[in-house]
Amino acid sequence: MKTPFAITLDVGSSLLNKTGSWRNERPVYLDRLPPCNHACPAGENIQQWLYLTEEGRYEEAWRQIMDDNPFPAVMGRVCYHPCETHCNRGQLDEAVGINAVERFLGDQALINEWQVEAGAPTGKRVMIVGAGPSGLTAAYHLRRIGHAVTVYDASPQAGGMVRYGIPKYRMPREKLRAEVARIERMGAELQLNTRIDDVVAARDEGKFDAVFLSIGAQLPKRVDIEVNGELPVLDAVSVLRNTELEEPTGMRGHVVVYGGGNTAMDVARSGVRLGAKSVTAVVFEAREHMPAHEFEVKEAREEGVELVCLRAIREVNGEQVTLEKMVPSEGRWPQPTGQFETISADVVVQALGQNVDTGLAEAISGIKVAEGAVQVGTDMQTGSPGIFAGGDMIPSERTVTTSIGHAKKAARHIDAYLRGVSYSPAEKHEVVSHDMLNTWYYSDAPRTVRPMLSVMRRQSGFAEIVGNIDQENATFEARRCMSCGNCFECDNCYGVCPDNAVKKLGPGNRFEFKYDYCKGCGLCASECPCGAIKMIPEEI
Amino acid sequence: MPQIPESHQKVRFYQTGTLTVGNRLLDAEHRSVQGTMDRSNSLDSGHRACQGCGEALGARFAIDAAMRATKNQLIAANATGCLEVFTTPYPETAWSIPWIHSLFGNAAAVGAGIAAALKAKGRDDVRVIAQGGDGGTTDIGFGCLSGMFDRNDDVLYICYNNEAYMNTGVQRSSATPGGARTATTMPVGKDPGNAFNTGKSVPLVAMAHLIPYVATASVHDLHDLEHKVSKAMGIHGARYIEIFVPCPLGWGSKPSDTVKIARLAVECGLYPLIEAEHGELTGVTKIRQHVPVGEYLKLQRRFAHVLKPGNAHQLEQLQAIADRNIKKFSLIDEKGGQE
Repeated sequence: MKTPFAITLDVGSSLLNKTGSWRNERPVYLDRLPPCNHACPAGENIQQWLYLTEEGRYEEAWRQIMDDNPFPAVMGRVCYHPCETHCNRGQLDEAVGINAVERFLGDQALINEWQVEAGAPTGKRVMIVGAGPSGLTAAYHLRRIGHAVTVYDASPQAGGMVRYGIPKYRMPREKLRAEVARIERMGAELQLNTRIDDVVAARDEGKFDAVFLSIGAQLPKRVDIEVNGELPVLDAVSVLRNTELEEPTGMRGHVVVYGGGNTAMDVARSGVRLGAKSVTAVVFEAREHMPAHEFEVKEAREEGVELVCLRAIREVNGEQVTLEKMVPSEGRWPQPTGQFETISADVVVQALGQNVDTGLAEAISGIKVAEGAVQVGTDMQTGSPGIFAGGDMIPSERTVTTSIGHAKKAARHIDAYLRGVSYSPAEKHEVVSHDMLNTWYYSDAPRTVRPMLSVMRRQSGFAEIVGNIDQENATFEARRCMSCGNCFECDNCYGVCPDNAVKKLGPGNRFEFKYDYCKGCGLCASECPCGAIKMIPEEI
Repeated sequence: MPQIPESHQKVRFYQTGTLTVGNRLLDAEHRSVQGTMDRSNSLDSGHRACQGCGEALGARFAIDAAMRATKNQLIAANATGCLEVFTTPYPETAWSIPWIHSLFGNAAAVGAGIAAALKAKGRDDVRVIAQGGDGGTTDIGFGCLSGMFDRNDDVLYICYNNEAYMNTGVQRSSATPGGARTATTMPVGKDPGNAFNTGKSVPLVAMAHLIPYVATASVHDLHDLEHKVSKAMGIHGARYIEIFVPCPLGWGSKPSDTVKIARLAVECGLYPLIEAEHGELTGVTKIRQHVPVGEYLKLQRRFAHVLKPGNAHQLEQLQAIADRNIKKFSLIDEKGGQE
């Protein structure tokens, strides 16, 4: 070896020095479960469709929603968005307006007529009873797989409670119709005005291989109120249904609604629009314990609905309604005080919840009904093999989104049942909490406020009250997403490694660690904005 | 007070704007050198810096940016110090650029010599950087540095400031802050740690030389750092950039907190990010989320005594320094931060 004067060694690169041997912890990339996805009763991959929306890839974003939920335009209006309640951004400034973006994507799909295709025919046939959100969603998922479906419903139109229970000012019918039509275009057969009284006979006659029951909870709960005189006492389900069918509702003069839930607010607000002189909601609970969502109560009051809380209706004499004052108690329910007052009314509407018409299920041997609901296993199957159930008729929170989630789950199990296998869901990742994030990196960006129809116009008709957000705002709102637990390729790990031990694999391909050189300092993990890197101990 | 220049306006509302290293939603012109797949990795893997070394990070950030700005026509002279020792234990080197080490105190002079030689050879395409730690810059190499400024030699001098002599065992330098524990300023007595009202600010000293460009930067704000290095490489004459580089070993901090500590030093006001041309202040990087100095101090064992009962006067002194910086350099907008 010939080297210059006073030089005894050839020069070499430090790359020969594998500093990875210093490490006692190693970083690993992982996909954690964002709280929005975790909270979504329909199991949507919200973070992923927001990610696609951020880049303006609206159709791909919409198709991501459609993997789980065939009703983005409906859900973008009527979902109570638990995703937003759990959004980690809520702890930073305000939750991402996920619901508004979903609605934007849903409407884009209707404008551009995006369609989902049915799967290759499997030769299997499924009967679905009830064309509400649960039944239609089950039909959609089963058609995607390729099973033939027929959906039966006693009503003249599809949609179930979304049509007959949720007023038009929240759920414009043309959007519902369009999303149902998309499912019909996939080959789902709808048999409307067809009541099924004997499920087993209908199944056998139609040669169906499996059944999904989703008849909802449509029987109004009533309390016995002693009525002396002629004052009509209606129920909310009938009033809302007649409103939809444009038949007389009996809402006139001074309307008293009894109940403090979302249906009570719906019927009270419909009363305002139907021309009642006044609408008073008599609520059993204290104002802060009302079961209705806060925004429903707020909007109802803006529209002129008066609230009388901590009152129970005891009797009706002529046009006078007697209320007993209640006091909050330690227990679940307020307690009576023995103090009474009266208000005058032209009509009383009971809105105290709904029961399931369990007769249909009870007639099937093997099906268990308890506490007014049909019991199912974790596979959504009833006690009768091949008969599955979901939606409001099984024990649940009874929201549209929950019903859609039931149907997705049921469709997977029905498919497994038809193929003679069992379906087991993938294990869920760890949920991302706010303290796993490095929120310093996110731009300060306040939430986009959705425009609202003026109170005057809300009081005088059934026009939709919550406006659209435009494309710019939808993209902006999506970009407020912090992508909790899922790499969005911000290059921070690649940048902040003092040892150049992170390899960038290019757009869409994320990164990988060069463990030969990684010393395990943990800078990548602590500077990852979204908590997608975890340090785990090395086995030494 | 001058604002940050147009070319480095913070980009907002793109999820992370320009706060992260990269951002897939931004135009290419707004992306950092460090975010590109073909960055030069001038300081490559396998070097022997401690876990979470701020200096190794700052050096790669700065030299990669300078390489991009000079189309890879770059020579660096290095003072003795950690950066020299951990990168180049003979015969190995982690540098993938022409690099020369001579003595502890003469990096500025070596850089000036290289620049003179290039001038003599008519090579105006090759640019020169001299670099060192705070010891080699503010103390031992200070005469050579001042001479380089005085002659306006065509060299960018980069000081990686970790506020003590780390390579030799954490002794005090003239960049060590008041109250900090070092091997030579132990936390004992009535005024534990380094004495207040000592030391010097070399960025301000450099400004007093009226050289074309002076700036301070921090490893937590990559876009700001790259902007300043690129800008410096576009100017001829003597230039000085000081980069704040936390040292987990010397400061007693977690290796994973290096970037966080740099961020808090800037956000509390103790380390102002400024730019000056020909002795005039031309820009300051505004504080984004202001924090009290305690947030910065509590992550470091060298300041542990400052937060203990009986030493409240030290905490107050440090807070007063931060407040003075905020006022002097207008680090906080009246609306409250930049965004």
